[in-house]
Amino acid sequence: MSDTGIGASVKRKEDFRFLTGQGRYTDDINRPGQLYAYFVRSPHAHAKIKGINKAEAEKSPGVRAVFIGADMEADNVGSLPCGWVVTDRHGDPHKAPPHFPLARDKVRYVGDHVAVVIAETYAQAKEAGETVEVDYEELPAAATLGTALSSSAPLVHDEAPGNLCYDWVLGDEAEADAAFAKAAHITKVDLVNNRLIPNAMEPRAAIGEYDGGTDSYTLYSTSQNPHLLKLILCAFVLGLSENKLRVIAPDVGGGFGSKIFCYAEETVCTWAAKKVRAPVKWTGDRSEAFTSDAHGRDHITHAQLAMDENGKFLGMKVETTANMGAYLSSFATSIPTYLYATLLAGQYTTPVIYVNVKSAFTNTAPVDAYRGAGRPEATYVVERLVEVAAREMNIDPAEIRRRNFIKPEQFPYQTPVALQYDIGDYDASMTKALEMIDYDGFPARKAASEAKGKLRGIGFSAYIEACGIAPSAVVGSLGAGVGLWESAQVRFNATGTVSVFTGTHSHGQGHETTFSQLVADTLGLPIENVEVVHGDTGSIPMGMGTYGSRSLAVGGSAISKACDKIIEKSKKIAAHLMEASVDDVEFDKGTFRVKGTDKEKSIAEIAFTAYVPHNYPEDLEPGLDETAFYDPLNFTYPSGVHIAEVEIDPATGMTEIVDWVAVDDFGNVINPMVVEGQVHGGIAQGVGQAMLERAVYDDGGQLLTGSYMDYCMPRADNLPSFRVGMTQTACTHNPLGVKGCGEAGAIAAPAATINAITNALGILSMDMPATPEKVWRLANQHAQAAE
Amino acid sequence: MYDFNHHRPASVEDAAKALTGASDGKILAGGQTLIPTLKQRLASPSDIIDLGGIAALKGIKEEGGNIVIGAMTTHATVAGDATVKAKIPALAALADGIGDAQVRNRGTIGGSIANNDPAADYPAGLVGLGATVHTNKRDIPADDFFLGMFETALEEDEIVTVVTFPVPEKAAYAKFANPASRYAIVGVMVSSGPAGVRVAVTGAGPRALPPRRPRGGAGR
Repeated sequence: MSDTGIGASVKRKEDFRFLTGQGRYTDDINRPGQLYAYFVRSPHAHAKIKGINKAEAEKSPGVRAVFIGADMEADNVGSLPCGWVVTDRHGDPHKAPPHFPLARDKVRYVGDHVAVVIAETYAQAKEAGETVEVDYEELPAAATLGTALSSSAPLVHDEAPGNLCYDWVLGDEAEADAAFAKAAHITKVDLVNNRLIPNAMEPRAAIGEYDGGTDSYTLYSTSQNPHLLKLILCAFVLGLSENKLRVIAPDVGGGFGSKIFCYAEETVCTWAAKKVRAPVKWTGDRSEAFTSDAHGRDHITHAQLAMDENGKFLGMKVETTANMGAYLSSFATSIPTYLYATLLAGQYTTPVIYVNVKSAFTNTAPVDAYRGAGRPEATYVVERLVEVAAREMNIDPAEIRRRNFIKPEQFPYQTPVALQYDIGDYDASMTKALEMIDYDGFPARKAASEAKGKLRGIGFSAYIEACGIAPSAVVGSLGAGVGLWESAQVRFNATGTVSVFTGTHSHGQGHETTFSQLVADTLGLPIENVEVVHGDTGSIPMGMGTYGSRSLAVGGSAISKACDKIIEKSKKIAAHLMEASVDDVEFDKGTFRVKGTDKEKSIAEIAFTAYVPHNYPEDLEPGLDETAFYDPLNFTYPSGVHIAEVEIDPATGMTEIVDWVAVDDFGNVINPMVVEGQVHGGIAQGVGQAMLERAVYDDGGQLLTGSYMDYCMPRADNLPSFRVGMTQTACTHNPLGVKGCGEAGAIAAPAATINAITNALGILSMDMPATPEKVWRLANQHAQAAE
Repeated sequence: MYDFNHHRPASVEDAAKALTGASDGKILAGGQTLIPTLKQRLASPSDIIDLGGIAALKGIKEEGGNIVIGAMTTHATVAGDATVKAKIPALAALADGIGDAQVRNRGTIGGSIANNDPAADYPAGLVGLGATVHTNKRDIPADDFFLGMFETALEEDEIVTVVTFPVPEKAAYAKFANPASRYAIVGVMVSSGPAGVRVAVTGAGPRALPPRRPRGGAGR
């Protein structure tokens, strides 16, 4: 292994510009003649718009235009679509009420878009925005998931009776009932997967620009998938020709899923740029991020696990209600179905699983993918159930998992919930995790904590993840409106350097480093000679962006394929130059050699020859520039075991995570340091969900946790130093043998944390977040019960 | 933020004049509450009188057995001051636990007590240590200064100049912080000194108070 090759912890190339303040984010970009947009938003969770008077705002200093829903309607601007059609239990598509970029007759959540003011400065736009008079007729709100589907709940959309978006099932209920009838024990849990606000460090921003000379548009946007944004805007919303819109997503400061989606603001900026004949810029502030970024999670679940007398799982039944928010965000419908229910087998051989998911409209911000997107919710259900089962059956929590793990020889393993796992070794991860945490020493540590007056607990989470949503034909059959392949272009320049164009997008993942390592290693180049280009539909082949931990497994595989094409073509040029047969040319570490001779040519020499083809094969095109598209054969299935150890002060309810072991199987690893960083960040977000974060709307639909004063993000001092270990089983179906690591921590951590805290408290269950107050009450209850 | 007139007087007298002359004047100390309020357009004062230019309001000294802290002294300065750390370490610790580093570098003792947030730390510190608030008009014992939620004994044109703390024999401050804002859910200052044992609680009521039923010798 070289210092910069596959498997080396190369320092991140992109960090130089980030750490020296030379990153270039959307808000850093300013276009000549640029105007600023301010959005007038609904202060009500639910109201009829009886009228809007924008006359005074239009006369305000610096104001160029004020637009409302009717203006967009007059231009035939469409609804923001949901790109995944979920078919309900009766065979009908989900309810898809329109979602207009600027509200037309009604507003449906606090923060909903009512008007846009465009002015010479942002201050002028905001000033004028306060003079837009909106005549609201307030309506009762359906603000709470728990009651949204009741017959007495106010209706969010006339198109969706009972606020039901879909009632969907997976698995066979009769088979599940039969399995439960044979059970020696049934464990039941009631769970709330708390609603989260993504809180990327960089708020969303957009600049729309129109070029009258060519009748074309450019949109700068904080997007995780600029190509998809272009496709949605052109084909579904604005009705533009797809070759007339270029979307640039420059440096993006975190997304966690919230920047996948096509939002109202960027749509309006693009459309308005032509109306006002000037670039229109919007940069969201933190309050807007809280109220109008798509939120995550928000499930209520009742789950049951049937076991025989030895704790062997016989069947599982899960009923979940999932919140969609006021409108369907771009992929909202797929999260609590195909990215959730399909994961409920976990790492186990549970033979029968039946899942029923009802999703509801509410008068709250839209809910969509957030780091893990369905898989954290699934892991929380499975790993809470298993933990409670172990406690009820009085079986060691590691042991009950081991009894039910899918064994290495059972792969490929067909689960009862549609997925086929290609490979894994769950017992290996468990063994390593138990060693690392010193499981045998736990009773002594618990006793030592008790001697200090502290309660110590240990919690497991043996998670399964499904990355790189694919293949296209399968997701298409399940309702996806897009393909889920990826593209790559590997272009040698004449002087031997390489530009790599990827349809994935990096917004913190370190692709510029990882992909450079991959290409440098494959082609035998110094890593400095490789440049990775992403985030511009004007220069990159059509791509599908970054989410679902897909970038390396799918995008990296496409890069690998493109490199193979480069080598294949280079061999023909090398054979010609060295007067040998192509079959006799070998390639190793950047050099082409004729077998059994000392003749050799470097790949840089070949690249130069390809562009200066004076001595060149007759039947070969000049140039060394190859594009590849890769459509995976299956999902990839990272897995692992996380073990958390906590210490609770029963006097204050303060919980300290004193140790955390993460043993993950991500398949082959390109850059261990980048992977470890992803694991750390994921765990931090998972601990945030488990102990600190919860988005709260009051019964009237007002967001009570609309700032960092009330919404608690995890900070460094909430977390221990994570101890990360790895096991490896290489993915069997992609050329790199890689699986994906971006979401694993957030998927594993909530269950591990709650399992540890409830273990310390000697109770079966509690809801997230485990705040000091809740823990204190439970600890005191526990103390009283023990007396 | 709405437009306002900005004044940066060099003396407390000029500041008071500017305040009296304004139709709706507001004093700016460290700005840790006022600036966010302005930015969110929750307040629209006609005039901002910025005390940042008044050198006399800054600094810490020991005088007549008391610790005297200028109203415009930042939390970070109090937390790091050798005299405070030696004489009233509980007060240095209190200041060191306010907000985060940015807040401590900007926020001031005068601003904190004049604002009298019911979850702020300093009010408990002043009451619990038996401090005296000095203004451009008079001296106010801490016990009489904090009246209610965001309400103090300060008159419209009154400006806090210094706070005087008697040096206790011993004192300690402990708080249970809100994990999000890190304001005190509850914070308690206990001291024992010439004036006896004093206890003050912040966060648990509308203003910093001695506990309702002090045990033993506790309380005023």
